[in-house]
Amino acid sequence: MKGARIAWFAGSIAVGALIVVLWQFAADAKLVSPVFLPGPDRAWTALVRGFASGTLEPKLLGTIERMFYGWLLASLVGVALGALIGISAVARAYLAPMLEFLRPLPASAIIPVAIALLGLSEGMVLAVIAFGALWPMLLATIHGFAAVEPRLYEVSRALGLSRWSVIWKIALPSALPDILAGMRLGLTIALILAVVGEMLASRDGLGLWILLSARSFRAPDLFAGVILLGLVGFVSAMILTLIEHRLLRWRATR
Amino acid sequence: MIRSGKWRGLVVPVALVVIAEIAARSTEITSDTLAAPSAIIVAGIKAMGDGTILAATGQTLATALGGLGLGLGIGLVFGILLGIFPIADRLMEFSVEAFRPIPSVALLPIAMLVFGFGYRMEISIVAFGTMWPILILTRSAVAGIEPRLLEVSRVLGLGLFARVTKIVLPAALPRIFVAFRLAAGVALIVAVTVEIAANPLGLGYAIMSAQQSLDPALMFALLVWIGLIGWGLNMLLVWAQSRLFGRAAIVEAAQ
Repeated sequence: MKGARIAWFAGSIAVGALIVVLWQFAADAKLVSPVFLPGPDRAWTALVRGFASGTLEPKLLGTIERMFYGWLLASLVGVALGALIGISAVARAYLAPMLEFLRPLPASAIIPVAIALLGLSEGMVLAVIAFGALWPMLLATIHGFAAVEPRLYEVSRALGLSRWSVIWKIALPSALPDILAGMRLGLTIALILAVVGEMLASRDGLGLWILLSARSFRAPDLFAGVILLGLVGFVSAMILTLIEHRLLRWRATR
Repeated sequence: MIRSGKWRGLVVPVALVVIAEIAARSTEITSDTLAAPSAIIVAGIKAMGDGTILAATGQTLATALGGLGLGLGIGLVFGILLGIFPIADRLMEFSVEAFRPIPSVALLPIAMLVFGFGYRMEISIVAFGTMWPILILTRSAVAGIEPRLLEVSRVLGLGLFARVTKIVLPAALPRIFVAFRLAAGVALIVAVTVEIAANPLGLGYAIMSAQQSLDPALMFALLVWIGLIGWGLNMLLVWAQSRLFGRAAIVEAAQ
């Protein structure tokens, strides 16, 4: 069973490699202008050169740092606020409609407001990331808290638990799958907003790097940056999956 | 009973608006960054009257829908193929997982190189962003079809095209519509983001220029308007979903 899975996975990597080879052929045959589409060889060289000369590393770290801190801030605020609102039916009745109304608002639309308030600064980018990534976590936490099996609350009342331990011992673990799903969505949004924020506020990072590469027609550098951004998205999602598996191990149904 | 509870959702927003108005009136400072709610409403009505907001809305919605259509087509074709043929699905697993995490705005510079500014560049990015949720959810919707339905199609000797149009699509449609609803939200978000980041078109560009010309009232009016459009689009699709699929959609969405 496990051997078959590995064989399939190896097969799918082979297909991925085949796509790269086709990309190389398409680039070599100049099916697409090399101004737009460098071959994988040139993108790879640009990647290696970028790291060897030390220009790409600070940009990669800058983007990761921005995304991570914005996301972390959003997670803390989102889960804390979501818990406060979700635990109380009164707060839910007063606040949930407004929050639901704000949910479909494109987070990037807040960027001009953030620029007006904070200027083209690092704080502005962080604030935008945190604001954008906040919504999925806030709403998922509220939903998770609201959907806790009512009998669990009855049990906690019978046991005479304090409000704090009800949150900590019953509501939070029970809402955890929802919260983690929100965190996953928030991570994607955080990366997107980090890239946009860097482009607009000219903060040193991969987003600015790919924009400047495009403006000076350095397509290999541009593709190297896009590949790195894809990697950041891939690795961060994978780390979250690992955390999810660990945290949700107690759930028999998963 | 349900109606009587609704007013409570309005208390906080109304209170916030009133507080903002009082604060703006009492300080009487002309600000480059903030505006009184009354000024925002006036600016909104004025921009609505001279047609600038409507023109920008048309541009944003046209690109969002164009990209959504393109992403829907590509996502559906690949999602159905990967759902019907598990072998293809397993072989493409790595490639799909490698391409999917690329943030859509990262393609903005590439699209800028290829298309320059304008509709095509924005549509291509929206298509990339909307393609993935549709592909992934269609794939699982198709793969989750009752196997006996597929046996029936085999017994009937249906070809691939007939199998897709007569058995697979009708059976997977409620869940595909859920994917479409999600993707429509993504389309609007990506379109506005691209406009804010670079493309001189639509609502995103309008709100950026309002900020840059230090017109906070117009900026906030546009922000509220963008929020209303996102909300309206979502409501429309939720309504369409319950209208078209009724109970099926609710059950499928809960899964």
